[in-house]
Amino acid sequence: MAKYETVIGLEVHVELHTKSKIFCGCSTEFGAPPNTHTCPVCLGHPGVLPVLNRQAVEYAMKAAMALNCTIGDVSKFDRKNYFYPDSPKAYQISQYDQPIGLNGWIDIEVNGETKRIGITRLHLEEDAGKLTHVDGGFASLVDFNRVGTPLIEIVSEPDLRSPEEARAYLEKIRAIMQYCDVSDVKMEEGSMRCDANISLRPEGQAEFGIRAELKNMNSFRGVLRGLEYEQFRQGEILDDGGIVIQETRRWDEAQGKTLSMRGKEEAHDYRYFPDPDLIVLHIDDAWKESIRATIPELPDARQSRYTDQYGLTAYDAGVLTSSKPLADFFEGSLAFTKDAKAVANWMMGDLLAYLNGGGLELSQVKITPQGLGEMIGLISGGTISSKIAKTVFKEMLESGKLPAAIVEEKGLVQISDEGAIKQIVEAVVAGNPQSVEDYKAGKQKAIGFLVGQVMKESKGKANPGLVNTLLAEVLNS
Amino acid sequence: MLSLFQYRLPELHNMLHSKEISVSELTEQSLAAIAERDGKVHAFLTLNEEGARASARTLDDKLASGAARGLLFGLPAGIKDNIVTKGLRTTCASQFLSNFQPIYDATVVSKLRQADAVTIGKLNMDEFAMGGSNENSSFGPVRNPWDLERVPGGSSGGSAAAVAAGEVLFALGSDTGGSIRQPASYCGVVGLKPTYGLVSRYGLVAFASSLDQIGPITRNVEDSAYVLQAIAGYDAQDSTSAKVDIPDYLSSLTGDISGLRIAVPKEYIGEGVDASIRDKVLSALKVLEDLGAVWEEVSLPHTEYAVAAYYLLASSEASSNLARFDGVRYGTRVDDGGGLLDLYHNSRSQGFGAEVKRRIMLGTYALSSGYYDAYYLKAQKVRTLIKQDFDEVFKKYDVVIGPTAPTTAFKLGSQTEDPLTMYLNDILTIPVSLAGIPAVSIPCGFAEGLPVGLQIIGKEFDESTVLRVAHAFEQNTDYHRECPQL
Repeated sequence: MAKYETVIGLEVHVELHTKSKIFCGCSTEFGAPPNTHTCPVCLGHPGVLPVLNRQAVEYAMKAAMALNCTIGDVSKFDRKNYFYPDSPKAYQISQYDQPIGLNGWIDIEVNGETKRIGITRLHLEEDAGKLTHVDGGFASLVDFNRVGTPLIEIVSEPDLRSPEEARAYLEKIRAIMQYCDVSDVKMEEGSMRCDANISLRPEGQAEFGIRAELKNMNSFRGVLRGLEYEQFRQGEILDDGGIVIQETRRWDEAQGKTLSMRGKEEAHDYRYFPDPDLIVLHIDDAWKESIRATIPELPDARQSRYTDQYGLTAYDAGVLTSSKPLADFFEGSLAFTKDAKAVANWMMGDLLAYLNGGGLELSQVKITPQGLGEMIGLISGGTISSKIAKTVFKEMLESGKLPAAIVEEKGLVQISDEGAIKQIVEAVVAGNPQSVEDYKAGKQKAIGFLVGQVMKESKGKANPGLVNTLLAEVLNS
Repeated sequence: MLSLFQYRLPELHNMLHSKEISVSELTEQSLAAIAERDGKVHAFLTLNEEGARASARTLDDKLASGAARGLLFGLPAGIKDNIVTKGLRTTCASQFLSNFQPIYDATVVSKLRQADAVTIGKLNMDEFAMGGSNENSSFGPVRNPWDLERVPGGSSGGSAAAVAAGEVLFALGSDTGGSIRQPASYCGVVGLKPTYGLVSRYGLVAFASSLDQIGPITRNVEDSAYVLQAIAGYDAQDSTSAKVDIPDYLSSLTGDISGLRIAVPKEYIGEGVDASIRDKVLSALKVLEDLGAVWEEVSLPHTEYAVAAYYLLASSEASSNLARFDGVRYGTRVDDGGGLLDLYHNSRSQGFGAEVKRRIMLGTYALSSGYYDAYYLKAQKVRTLIKQDFDEVFKKYDVVIGPTAPTTAFKLGSQTEDPLTMYLNDILTIPVSLAGIPAVSIPCGFAEGLPVGLQIIGKEFDESTVLRVAHAFEQNTDYHRECPQL
């Protein structure tokens, strides 16, 4: 296989979590019975007119600013015309040549290298309805609850050079949207969606190769796998001396491959023109500044603060700030313990292992920042051992109880009474003459066995430091 | 039998107040007039008999109780059938919507109800307001009450004819390129197209959103002022409606126009305008002169490009506005089981008439990739130039006056084979629509027994001056008192 450079650009759709739809007063709540959040306006009945939701504009401005976009003084809405049953007006109100945001960028990190990815534009538009195709294909059902949910579309420059970079970009976009609190950004629920343009070119060639547009990648993993497959597929075509066809392809998760949807000839002519039902949006500096003031500390800033202020590694800080709930949990715990590194270690270790193992979100487990903070206090104060802490931690994940209560309830307090431990030590030494002999013969491993026996006898509650000291004393006496 | 059109709106109000007549009687008179005459005129598509009688009873109770009465209390009204009425069939005179029951009321309909008007029914029109003769109705044409062989004009032909025939006291029409003024001119009634944004479009089935405006058709200028007063005003449901203070239009009807400066565009009285029409306009100007106004000839140099620009812009918007009529959710669905594309093709092919299809195709073409700049964008630039023409003239003049239409009402079927000639009937009304400014058409005489309309055009949101001039003319002429013999 010849050496090719992969070129990827992403179009990311993010649903804004406004209370009401972008052009009418209907609720945007997810999961309601079909066609219950509808009105004449979002159903596109004859005679209706759209009225722009100010909150949607402000969320879009906030998102655009967080992505370092320039906010134009004038923005307008255009109609994108196409027939499909999920679009009740047979046009989508979108933005064509004067979007909310232009010329932004974000930094991503892949393999320890930071890279800046350009953002061409961010525009505001309305979502379509949802089609369900009835088994057998004899009918399709339309649910208009989603129609009119405000969406932003974020279009990147073709700056991404690998599926891994695309994934990192997508994760960073998600984190920024989450920090800005403008969306739930859940790919699985469709509140964040991603299409990709991908092409290959011989290394060193300046012009881009012929691209395919890739759709239907409904998870981060899907994006990675879809792009990897497409990279492979185009590489094979080029290796065979073939030419990639410009077309739209669909990622088929089950088959693990991309399939042709439609060719260039079948591409829609959307006949964009300014929507005469809406007036031009004038965005003055005062409005811009009032929105800018609401943007919180973003992931990059937080990451460097974690390394500077708490001495975390760049990697740990990166992981902890990759999702706002994680970062908030981390900082929340610090109200209950000064040991930031211990908090980071528990989160990077036991917490993430538990979440990833169960495919869970932080919001789905019950542990609180206070619980983790106080548990670290109990360890450093000698009340529980690190080993016992693992049990306490698991209990906190499941019940949400505070560690002191768990320790009390389950009698997990560490035994630090010298006399009590000495009794156990003496009993273990007396009961294991062979190990004692081995130890005295210089077999260091034997002491490990004896410590284990003591811990077992104490049901894990003996202070490990004291066990070591007392065992050495007894053995050497 | 009382003939509605003998009386002006305030006179009817006095009669109601003095209990000379009841609202129910007035309503029955309207229904009886329709029963008697509408077989010939065909102005109505749907009658609201039950609803009208019920509201009449409610209003009579209100009258008896002495409660405050709305501005249009008890008056029988007709509503153009592209204005949606909750639960009352609204067809846009299209086969596509032959059984369509709207699920909400247009803002103007709510306003009429608040003003205590009685909705008698829905009025015939050109399909989706596309046309200037009413021959494009899917349900058969309206006929001109002055000569049943002739067209009433369009697209609000039913609205103008119903008022001219004395079937209702007033009607609402909609005007995109002349659709209120031109039929008012052909039918000898008063038709006012307000400034774009003065009256809410919410609930007006869109033809060309940047041009559509609802306005009153009445028998005289005073009634027009009343109806405008009732329907004008900002509506939060229409982003293009203007946040302007609504003046008291009735108080502007002073009869005083001394010192008024009138501009008469040479393009409006030149070639292409019938000599008999030109004469009537010049006579009308003489009347105004006698009242102390002065007039001068001016030029609106971009007038000749208006029709071309209009048909590109209006059709472009229409091609998108009418896309929702796809057979999926309401209206005609022709499904032969051939799948989605067939459903679209069949429903739209069978649901729409020829003129509607012609304009959808024209608009689709004009917006297409590669043609957009040459057609849509260029037409927008022409629109700006036309607006500037008016701005320039209004620096020196209070109103612009000319004929409403280049001819009187023509015979049914005489222009249907030639859409381009038909389009040119709007040559004097279209520039005003493109500029978004107000204009009224009032009767200013007869040519061979057919009414001639005088168009008075004003500055943005200056309906007061337009109405004042129209009223002053009307006070000194008798044309508005003439009635067709049916």
